[in-house]
Amino acid sequence: MSSHGQTPHAPAHESASQAHHGHSNGHQAGHGTLRSYLIGFSLSVILTAIPFWLVMSGAIDSKLFTAFLVMGLGVIQIVVHMVYFLHMNPRSEGGWTMMALLFTLVLVGITLAGSLWVMHHLNTNMMPMSPEMMKNMP
Amino acid sequence: MSQTQVQSNGMETEKPQFYLTEDHHPEGSTMLGFWLYLMSDCLIFAVLFATHGVLGRNYAAGPSPADLFDLPLVAINTAMLLFSSITYGFAMLQMERGAKTETLFWLGVTGVFGAAFLGLELYEFNHLIHEGAGPTRSAFLSSFFTLVGTHGLHVTFGIIWLITLMVQVGRYGLIPENKRRLMCLSMFWHFLDVVWIGVFSFVYLMGVLG
Repeated sequence: MSSHGQTPHAPAHESASQAHHGHSNGHQAGHGTLRSYLIGFSLSVILTAIPFWLVMSGAIDSKLFTAFLVMGLGVIQIVVHMVYFLHMNPRSEGGWTMMALLFTLVLVGITLAGSLWVMHHLNTNMMPMSPEMMKNMP
Repeated sequence: MSQTQVQSNGMETEKPQFYLTEDHHPEGSTMLGFWLYLMSDCLIFAVLFATHGVLGRNYAAGPSPADLFDLPLVAINTAMLLFSSITYGFAMLQMERGAKTETLFWLGVTGVFGAAFLGLELYEFNHLIHEGAGPTRSAFLSSFFTLVGTHGLHVTFGIIWLITLMVQVGRYGLIPENKRRLMCLSMFWHFLDVVWIGVFSFVYLMGVLG
């Protein structure tokens, strides 16, 4: 890039580099179509309705399994939103949005898992307290 | 700023260049920069989710989520935000067609759904506080109000931004600058919907499950 940074034929160079970096106007292709928005919306409605129905009707006896399903469907719906509404794909901005997203997901994972893990151990290893002691807490 | 710097220095020597002249995709860098902002915002929410995950069962002998949360209301709230997401998508489609009036119409519809979401959330908060379940009642309620309130604050600012852009588009039309701004708000708005998926799954549904 710096090798031809000072060339006098700027217009010719500009059009050449434009052809090089196809993604400079390629982000236009990242927009959705009516079809993709409608698909994303329908999937979202279904993925929202199922967990609400599961919890409100108590269709499954096992709470643990219901919780697992609710969180799983939530994760799937987040992916649906990312793909159909936020138009995430590995190619946009030369892959940098995906890199930023992956890095953030790693940080989010460490934050969530680490906090829950550490605080759970702190809780379970606390000295047991009687209700009387609890009442006299500052 | 840098332009004037160059010119004031250029008086003595023969115009040194401090930047590449063929800076040809500012559009793309705005989108990437805004995405990085959203990712940092995502970390704020991650920390608030972690806080709620840790404190969400500490009721201090107060009400639990099953006593407090009205799931049908939350479901309507979720629907409002989901509708606003799809209508914003329609606004973006009209923007690409260059149809100013239709874009403004769909932006307006989005704003109405967003305001409905906010109204329902404020009604819920008001109801909780009047029941004596305010943010000071227990650690669970403190973390709940912080997390959901932060999301609500984001939606509030999103609506302010939306109204600003509607005025901008109304006055100046769909110029490239306004298109860029609308695309940033589009990402912001859909991102808020993504965060809300986490809120209704993790806070409301898991909370009611117990």
